[in-house]
Amino acid sequence: MEDVKLMKGNEALAEAAIRAGVDAYFGYPITPQSEVIEYLMAQRPENRTGMVVLQAESEVAAINMVYGAAGAGKKVMTSSSSPGISLKLEGISYIAGAELPCLIVNVMRGGPGLGTIQPSQADYFQAVKGGGHGDYRLIVLAPSTVQEMADFVDKSFKLAFKYRNPVMILADGAIGQMMEKVYLPDAKPRLTDDELIEKYDSWATTGRKNGRKQNIITSLNLKSEKQEVHNLDLQAKYKRIEENETESEEIHCEDADYIMVAFGTSARICQKVIQIGREKGMKLGLIRPITLWPYPSKTIAKYAGKVKGFISVEMNAGQMVEDVRLAVDGKTPVIHYGRMGGMIATPGEVLTAVENHLKTL
Amino acid sequence: MTTSVITPEEIIKTGTVVFKKTENINSVPLSYCPGCGHGVVHRLIMEVVEEMGITADTIGVAPVGCSVLAYEFMNIDMQQAAHGRAPAVATGIKRVFPNKYVFTYQGDGDLAAIGTAETIHACNRGENIVIIFVNNGIYGMTGGQMAPTTLEGMKSSTSPYGRDVHTAGYPLKITEMVAMLPGVCYATRQAVHKPTLVNKTKRAIQKAFENQRDNKGTSIVEVLINCNSGWKMTPEQANIWLEENMAVYFPLGDIKK
Ligand SMILES: Cc1ncc(C[n+]2csc(CCOP(=O)(O)OP(=O)(O)O)c2C)c(N)n1
Ligand code: SF4
Repeated sequence: MEDVKLMKGNEALAEAAIRAGVDAYFGYPITPQSEVIEYLMAQRPENRTGMVVLQAESEVAAINMVYGAAGAGKKVMTSSSSPGISLKLEGISYIAGAELPCLIVNVMRGGPGLGTIQPSQADYFQAVKGGGHGDYRLIVLAPSTVQEMADFVDKSFKLAFKYRNPVMILADGAIGQMMEKVYLPDAKPRLTDDELIEKYDSWATTGRKNGRKQNIITSLNLKSEKQEVHNLDLQAKYKRIEENETESEEIHCEDADYIMVAFGTSARICQKVIQIGREKGMKLGLIRPITLWPYPSKTIAKYAGKVKGFISVEMNAGQMVEDVRLAVDGKTPVIHYGRMGGMIATPGEVLTAVENHLKTL
Repeated sequence: MTTSVITPEEIIKTGTVVFKKTENINSVPLSYCPGCGHGVVHRLIMEVVEEMGITADTIGVAPVGCSVLAYEFMNIDMQQAAHGRAPAVATGIKRVFPNKYVFTYQGDGDLAAIGTAETIHACNRGENIVIIFVNNGIYGMTGGQMAPTTLEGMKSSTSPYGRDVHTAGYPLKITEMVAMLPGVCYATRQAVHKPTLVNKTKRAIQKAFENQRDNKGTSIVEVLINCNSGWKMTPEQANIWLEENMAVYFPLGDIKK
């Protein structure tokens, strides 16, 4: 039977986590994502599935709890919003270095600093270009509906375990807070400890049984030669991810002569812009990256030199536009339109920006 | 040309074995300075784990510090944690593996400076883990800087004229602090610079693991060791200095049991 509910994005994500058989959630409250831990606590997941839900003393502690439990081979996650993610970055770098699978959710708000609790997409650079120290990559998924908030949980864990790599769901306050109809995924049971040992005993710290070598979770290599090999291995893994996991949606691009690029809430706005524009006879299309890393550069490049122009619509000062420009490679003019500080652009504003750009082309 | 290697058997004539290295300590050279107490504490933990028959169920966490490579010496499953974060990492492991034995192995800088919040809150939640707190009054790994436990007047590379408590604060008795918390079932301070003390420390470590077996909450075993390199003394001088100074400000014995 279909399980359809009207839910907030944050709640849909939390419910999906229980249904995905997540073993543990560690978090610290921060607006606009506190509903995740509140929903989980209210659900008594320890009774529903045996899932552990713990309110940590800080985001720093929460991400390190994730490190420990992920190192034990368990399915673990944390969620936060921008200032909290900044605190988690040290731990995220360690998790990437030690190659641990886990899910980190960022429901972005406006910054810098304490900023605002309203929606923003200003953590794009932080999410896709590193953020923490060292050469590492997160797989970054950008939901643009409440449905995707639910669907991306299981998807994230599949990717995380396939590549032993941390995955981030990069949402914004609007997606986290708004209510929409959501088809909830089927529930699957958590792995038993025996199943876990069978699957992950080659690397996870499940206890050194007689006859097996010790398992060590670490990101440390005191010898430069070894650390370079480790870095090369990581880069090779990232290349495989780029080849196999890049995902995007193309909306009305077939006949478009002007293309918008946007993710999350901005992509929702751009869909409206397409509609209004097309009613006025403008052939607008939209490329919506679903993975922000790996970035759908090839998809964008297909249209470079063919359309009149590109606009990158973001709730920030112009971050993803740099990746659009790299993909377009100078073949077509690219501009950015954005609002900041928690302000959300209206479709009318975006359309005007497109019209003004078209006049210059 | 052949090089002749002297085997351990040639050096030690077996027959009257009075001591045998536990299988839980790997056969690799320790990276610690000669005379440093870290090696003794490693051995004691691994002996207790072997004697309790819990090797297959024990997971250790070693954060940054001189003992960051503890996993190369202790032959059990281990995780290396970021500086100060071992109690949070241990919490993560213990919460998903409640039937395993989880311990942290932390220096004073790690546990009582950068990791103070993680230490206090793990203890306050009464996490059912063992915390081994190795206090040498200095930052060993980074070359002898002042630690939260550096004694008043004690010289270090960042207190070259001696710790001035008016600007640098007082040496922190964090074990006494966490002993106040209801989540902590056992808090003790031991040392390993004399054989009798080594035996006492081993019994304390064993008690801590037994507490974990019996689900009693957090046990913290502080062990005073010398850092002869950081203190700029010979190992022998360092042990005397430890007894005459460290063990006076940080008195040995049970704080809570
Ligand atoms: C975030 C961070 N800050 C600083 C360091 C550098 N660092 C490494 S070990 C250490 C101090 C270790 O002292 P302690 O915990 O007392 O252990 P010991 O080396 O004395 O055994 C410092 C400051 C680091 N690795 N990470
Ligand atoms: S620096 Fe100090 S703590 Fe580190 S190994 Fe040497 S004596 Fe031991």
